[in-house]
Amino acid sequence: MNNERKANKKKKRSIIRGVALAIFAIVILVSLTLTPGKQKGLKPGDMAPDFELVDLDGNTHRLSDYRGEGVFLNFWGTWCAPCKREMPFMEKQYQTFKDEGVHILAVNVKESDLKVDSFRRSYQLSFPIAIDKTEAVKDAYQIKPLPTTILIDPDGKIVEIVQDEMNELEIKNYMEMIQPK
Amino acid sequence: MSKIKCQCGHENPEGTQLCEACGRPLSEEAKKSDIVDMRYEGSARRSKTYTTSIVDKVWNFFSSVTVGVWIIVILLVTSAIGTLLPQRFNIDVPPNIEAQVAEYYEKHYGIFGKVYYTLGLDNMYSSWWFKILVGMLGVSIIIASVDRVVPLYKSLKRQRTRRHASFMKRQRLFGAGPVDDPDESIEQAGEAFKKLKYNVKIENDAMLAEKNRFSRWGPYVNHTGLIIFLVGVLLRGLPGWYVDEAMWLREGERKSIPGAQGYYLESKGFTLENYDVEGEDKVFEDAIERAGSVVKNYQTDVVLYKDKEGALPGSEDLEKVKEYEIVVNKPLTFDGYSIFQMEYRLDELSGMTFALVNKGSTDSLGEFTIDLTAPERKYELGEGTYVQILDYFPDFIGTRNGKMELDTATPVPNNPAFIFKLVTPETPEGETSLVEIGKPALEIDVTDKGTLDIVENDYQVKFLAADTHDMSGLTIRKDKTLYLLLVGGIIFMIGVAQGSYWQHRRVWIQKDEKTGELLLAGHTNKNWFSLRKDIDEVAETVPLPSYEDRADQEDKKEKKGDDN
Repeated sequence: MNNERKANKKKKRSIIRGVALAIFAIVILVSLTLTPGKQKGLKPGDMAPDFELVDLDGNTHRLSDYRGEGVFLNFWGTWCAPCKREMPFMEKQYQTFKDEGVHILAVNVKESDLKVDSFRRSYQLSFPIAIDKTEAVKDAYQIKPLPTTILIDPDGKIVEIVQDEMNELEIKNYMEMIQPK
Repeated sequence: MSKIKCQCGHENPEGTQLCEACGRPLSEEAKKSDIVDMRYEGSARRSKTYTTSIVDKVWNFFSSVTVGVWIIVILLVTSAIGTLLPQRFNIDVPPNIEAQVAEYYEKHYGIFGKVYYTLGLDNMYSSWWFKILVGMLGVSIIIASVDRVVPLYKSLKRQRTRRHASFMKRQRLFGAGPVDDPDESIEQAGEAFKKLKYNVKIENDAMLAEKNRFSRWGPYVNHTGLIIFLVGVLLRGLPGWYVDEAMWLREGERKSIPGAQGYYLESKGFTLENYDVEGEDKVFEDAIERAGSVVKNYQTDVVLYKDKEGALPGSEDLEKVKEYEIVVNKPLTFDGYSIFQMEYRLDELSGMTFALVNKGSTDSLGEFTIDLTAPERKYELGEGTYVQILDYFPDFIGTRNGKMELDTATPVPNNPAFIFKLVTPETPEGETSLVEIGKPALEIDVTDKGTLDIVENDYQVKFLAADTHDMSGLTIRKDKTLYLLLVGGIIFMIGVAQGSYWQHRRVWIQKDEKTGELLLAGHTNKNWFSLRKDIDEVAETVPLPSYEDRADQEDKKEKKGDDN
């Protein structure tokens, strides 16, 4: 009887210690993934933050209005060489995919209307281009390098974040990825 | 687990050195020693009692003070190494581009820098092993404390007034001898110790006078504070708990505040004010002359906006929150955020004024000013006369590799250039020219894409004046853990004070059952002098056997040895 009680007590203590150690281990592991002062970046699978921008032609684009369709969201600048290289490819693929339910929205980060408009003319771009004047959309998507392209599926979820220049084939594949089925 | 039954009848946990109740030495070690080790009251530290399973082994590892001290030593040494070279977030290279960071360390610090970088010491405090070490320190503090405070608490609670003679004899302060009336002495001593603010218990011809037991909890209180502090630091990693961002804001610019989604800041102007040798600052004349110029004030006048209820980012549907003058150490505060004045840059180009001039007659047809942040397409100068901007390059590249490149390197107006189309009643078709700051205008034909043929124009634009604006470098901070860190710090200090400024003193006086002599023993965790003073004060009025401080004797013996 007494021995049994002791055995129980010992078992209980082992369990308490085991649980405590497990909690410590979990806390340490979680802390490894956290970096103080840095915002938690967006990642594939997250919902794309909604925004509203007016393009150069005066049309308002609200991301949530494109539910049911794919959105190819490209952040760029006229001064950024890789952005310039991928623009013609985007234009070409846009011609194919605009009737397949894929939108391109090219968000210029805070440049002048004149500059962006001149750029659009010289590159003969037909997809909507909007200027993020206050950098609010850039901040909402925590964009660091340009170009960065966010691929958003018909459910409004981020499928892929591309922080690099894309070639034509990559652009085509990404557009197929977010094309409504 | 087997219990150790003491002769007095009390059952002690395995590993106990001194009986919890009567103080009889139980272990061989304790029996042999002249003066017992009173740390943790000779109680069984839990860690020492089970060593069978892996869980117990891990537990015991962290319970060890030796292990704890080693973790602290390793943390101290590595933290020191981390300060030898600047961490990667403090160097003049983007910290997220590995190649550049690697190059920086090698270039500036040679082989040592390369090794430093290769070992990952350039980002040491965020490295996984450093975090694990800090975590292990936290675990060590918790387990070691729990393993000690619980048995200590139980021992002190279970202590009996009458101790075994063998316990008494092994105390550092001990005396024995006959007195006229032992019972009377015990009673009187009890009264006397009460006057000295001791808690006194008398039973079975024995007295226990005890004072400031709470001082024994000091280390554990202070460890609790440390743990709260560590938890606070841990919580900083959670999204939204801690923000440390920076932004540059030009005069007149309105920008989203990084890290504070939904808030916007507009700069109405930056002011840099120096002390003036004239007027009210004249008292500082000497200092000003010695230093050249002394800054009196760095100030950014700002307006804070936020998104209207339900407004989306980018919609610019804003409402004004407040206006504020940010001065060094007087941050703009809102919603837990503080925005500090940190840096400034003066005189960035913001606007350029030109005149349209007839090259032959040098008559001006009018002037126009271009806002470089928002240039207009067309500047009307009069009937049939206008200047059109065909393209604008804020940071004009110009000639690169012997070829003219009509392009901009950055969006910042460091070296603005324009392609103008000049239209006058005399030249209704328009003339084009490329105007770069500080260089003669290139009269070229750009109407046809690609060809940059030099042409001869009748008109030119002449640069007249430049406008500039200043930039404010601001830092955005938010720290929800601040109060937690403060509470942790206060608890830590309470624990330190508790253990440092009070001492747990105990005096035992009892009648030896066999001889009828009076036994006297005393113990304190520190400040033995004051304990002796208390006992001596009581002994002045109460007949007590004389006692000796055996540690003192040992000290004296050593000193004598030195003298010889």
